[in-house]
Amino acid sequence: MRKKWTFLSLVIGLLAVLAGCEPLMVLDPKGPQAETTANVIWISIATMAIVVVAVFGLMAYVVYKYRASKQSEDYEPPHIEGNPIVETVIVAIPIIIIIFLSIVTVKSTYEVEATPKGYEDQEPLIVYASSSDWKWHFSYPEENIETVNYLYIPTDRPLEFRLYSYGPITSFWIPQLGGQKYAMSDMITTLHLAAEVPGEYMGRNANFSGKGFAENIFQVEAMSPEEFDKWVEDVKTNAEPLTEEKFDELLEPGHLGQLTFSGTHLEFLPPPEGHHHGSNDHESEHDSEHAHDDGEMDHADHK
Amino acid sequence: MDYFDRFAIPHPSPAIYASMVAIGLTMIAIVIGLTYFKKWGYLWSEWLTTVDHKRIGIMYLISALLMLFRGGVDALMMRAQTAVPDNKLLDAQHYNEVFTTHGVVMIIFMAMPFIYALMNLVVPLQIGARDVAFPRLNALSFWLFFMGAMLFNISFVIGGSPDAGWTSYFPLAGNDFSQSVGTNYYLIAIQIAGIGTLISGINFIATIFKMRAPGMKLMKMPMFTWTALITNAIVVFAFPVLTITLLLGTMDRLFGTHIFSMTNGGMDMLWANLFWVWGHPEVYILVLPAFGIYSEVISTFSRRNLYGYKSMVASIVIISFMSFLVWMHHFFTMGQGPLSNSIFSITTMAIAIPTGIKIFNWLLTMRKGKIEFTVPMLYSVGFIPIFTIGGVTGVMLGMASADYQYHNTMFLVAHFHYTIIPGVVFAMLAGLTYWWPKMFGFMLNERIGKWAFWFVAIGFNVTFFPMFFTGLDGQARRMYTYSEATGFGPLNMLSFAGAIGLAIGFALIVYNVYYSTRHASRDIGSDPWNARTLEWATQTPVQSYNFARTPQVDSIEAFWDYKKNGKPLFKGEIEKIHMPNNSGMPFIMSCIFFVWGFSLVFSMWIPAIITTIAIFACLAHRSFEKDDGHYVSVEEIEATEKDWEVLADENR
Repeated sequence: MRKKWTFLSLVIGLLAVLAGCEPLMVLDPKGPQAETTANVIWISIATMAIVVVAVFGLMAYVVYKYRASKQSEDYEPPHIEGNPIVETVIVAIPIIIIIFLSIVTVKSTYEVEATPKGYEDQEPLIVYASSSDWKWHFSYPEENIETVNYLYIPTDRPLEFRLYSYGPITSFWIPQLGGQKYAMSDMITTLHLAAEVPGEYMGRNANFSGKGFAENIFQVEAMSPEEFDKWVEDVKTNAEPLTEEKFDELLEPGHLGQLTFSGTHLEFLPPPEGHHHGSNDHESEHDSEHAHDDGEMDHADHK
Repeated sequence: MDYFDRFAIPHPSPAIYASMVAIGLTMIAIVIGLTYFKKWGYLWSEWLTTVDHKRIGIMYLISALLMLFRGGVDALMMRAQTAVPDNKLLDAQHYNEVFTTHGVVMIIFMAMPFIYALMNLVVPLQIGARDVAFPRLNALSFWLFFMGAMLFNISFVIGGSPDAGWTSYFPLAGNDFSQSVGTNYYLIAIQIAGIGTLISGINFIATIFKMRAPGMKLMKMPMFTWTALITNAIVVFAFPVLTITLLLGTMDRLFGTHIFSMTNGGMDMLWANLFWVWGHPEVYILVLPAFGIYSEVISTFSRRNLYGYKSMVASIVIISFMSFLVWMHHFFTMGQGPLSNSIFSITTMAIAIPTGIKIFNWLLTMRKGKIEFTVPMLYSVGFIPIFTIGGVTGVMLGMASADYQYHNTMFLVAHFHYTIIPGVVFAMLAGLTYWWPKMFGFMLNERIGKWAFWFVAIGFNVTFFPMFFTGLDGQARRMYTYSEATGFGPLNMLSFAGAIGLAIGFALIVYNVYYSTRHASRDIGSDPWNARTLEWATQTPVQSYNFARTPQVDSIEAFWDYKKNGKPLFKGEIEKIHMPNNSGMPFIMSCIFFVWGFSLVFSMWIPAIITTIAIFACLAHRSFEKDDGHYVSVEEIEATEKDWEVLADENR
């Protein structure tokens, strides 16, 4: 079974390589939601390891014991139709495993789709994150500031991201804080996150959106609430205001560096709230039927 | 001149110009070759007009292998581009086109014809029939698929390839964001091939229901035939969804409707839903025939009957139902809320149960057997551990909360290659090697075949196993490059090394065909593997009418019973056999379809209207045509059978 050994040595080799590296991003959570998913992943890996070991073991045994070269010339394999007990067992064990994993899944899915545990009594920081080819715009409505391609967040406070897109479907993803969610043009999706450790994290669009997709990343910096407030004040006083003309310019396809503005685009270009395509967002103060129409871009040079 | 600008490729590169020249030279060489060797007549009368399921199968097979290499070159380019950080081998646009065509070619134009190749070759023989139920429709199916594939493949030299991913999500694939004709090619070429597949689906269901040999009740059908039946049932239910989805997409792109657009009430989520309502059952369309092949191969080379036949049948039926109930797991992250995600998580994971039954049944078939490691058996045994990894990672992906982290990453890419390569490619290679002597009258070399297997199996694992790790480390799929700081470099380089191993494996398979054609013994009898089902009860290569006398069946392994227990298979006198006539219409009609598709891709309305009329004219012609087929006379049959029966008796 040369293949077995090759495979095994490959796994061991890989683990050795990885042991020397940073821990894998998804399994190195810095917030409660990412921690929940990391735990689910570990539980599933452990459970599935049992299945893998059972199947590999059984296979190795069967293949070793019953190969033709080990048997006598006149051995005639028997005719066996099946056995109800054996077949019940091979159905029952997978069913038990699936029931267990279903419980884990349903519980954790409800958890990551809600305000993080332990943060329910706090007022969440609301950030509208919208994507355009190939940038992210972060609007902080309460703070009345807006950034492009970077996101400052306070630690230990629930974050509520409202996602939408000025172009193709994108997916907002900060692996170390939690799972991803799509941003689409005709509705708002909501993602609940929180950061517990100050630091810099990678954020990106995970859903293929054309030519500039690979570079469609943003930087996330989590800091203490005091520092965050200081930054907000700083932006409010020093950054230039975001005008409609300026924002239209930002929407043009291409790449931009990190930009900071006072004021948000939400005032002159309301997000697509109020469309009830299953959005769990009940706030629809803006009548934004065709909000994104105005944001339609000229994609002449988009190829 | 402006008019012709549309045919220019939007992103020219030396590689593309080189391909253009290569394609041109190859075509000239083929024309000159055919003329020089005076083979035009042979080509027309024996192949282009044939309605014989075995020849159609061989044509499917050749097309599938060609497409395997086309898609394989795409794959190598992708792995080469991502092997090192900030690589400049391909630019973003070119890379996007490459991964799009890789996906489409491999699924629609490689895997699909491959399974239809083997179904065409084997199913009528396994059930003791003389051909499929509608032989001429069968030819039409093939030629529609073939023209669809050709139309798709010319995209990269005329007008530009599609670049929105094989899933072609709108609005990215809409006119606003995808301005070349690439996505038109995608919509129209798959449409044409899809019509062919749908026709095949109906054809094979009719064949299996109506044309089984006397005594072959449903529960006495060989397992490959069972999987073919269920696969085609899924085809008949799933492909109409694809037809409509592609039609709606075509309306958006060519006629300015707003079904999937961002404005005027269009809904981008609709495309994703419709696509996967077809797309998930499609996965099982691909994998079920593979399960059938493994069942035949494992049973043959363990020298035992298949363990748990009834539970095998039950599990494929359950899988076929459930395949329609899980499509939402392709976009758990679309924000539909925890309730729907939980439901679809559970249905997704539940599919693991019938699949698990099959794995255990194969292991239990090998138990107490006498296992011979021939090449088909190696692929089947190699399939089990690799597919198990694919399956368990599938369960992991099925858990919605965790999927928020796996979605759109290399983890997903690793997972579906871990299912689709052992689940389709290994099976096709096993089936190809196993049924090769039945098709061509000689066997593929075992030694070269084993070398190829090890290269493919090890190369595969080296290519795709690292992706589980890069995925968990945050590498999104479909990125044409990444920076060095991400640390993805070494593992991607390992993937590239594995991809080269895979390429060597496939090159060895081609070499094996060449080598065996030249050197293999032609004196192999009609049952070289000591197999168990009816297809081996015919001559090798098979007579045009398959069976001189219809076999009488009363067990799952009729041929085995005949060999071991002397149960007579063929009774009665030889009678004249009614066979269908060849026809050029399927080929001509498909050529018209090709022109029709090409006209639509470039919005050339006048040829599009003319060809539409021509297509209907072909249909009308067929409706009024009188063609009662022909009879093969008793003397002719006796003459054909005589030599063989002497040989056959000597062999047993």
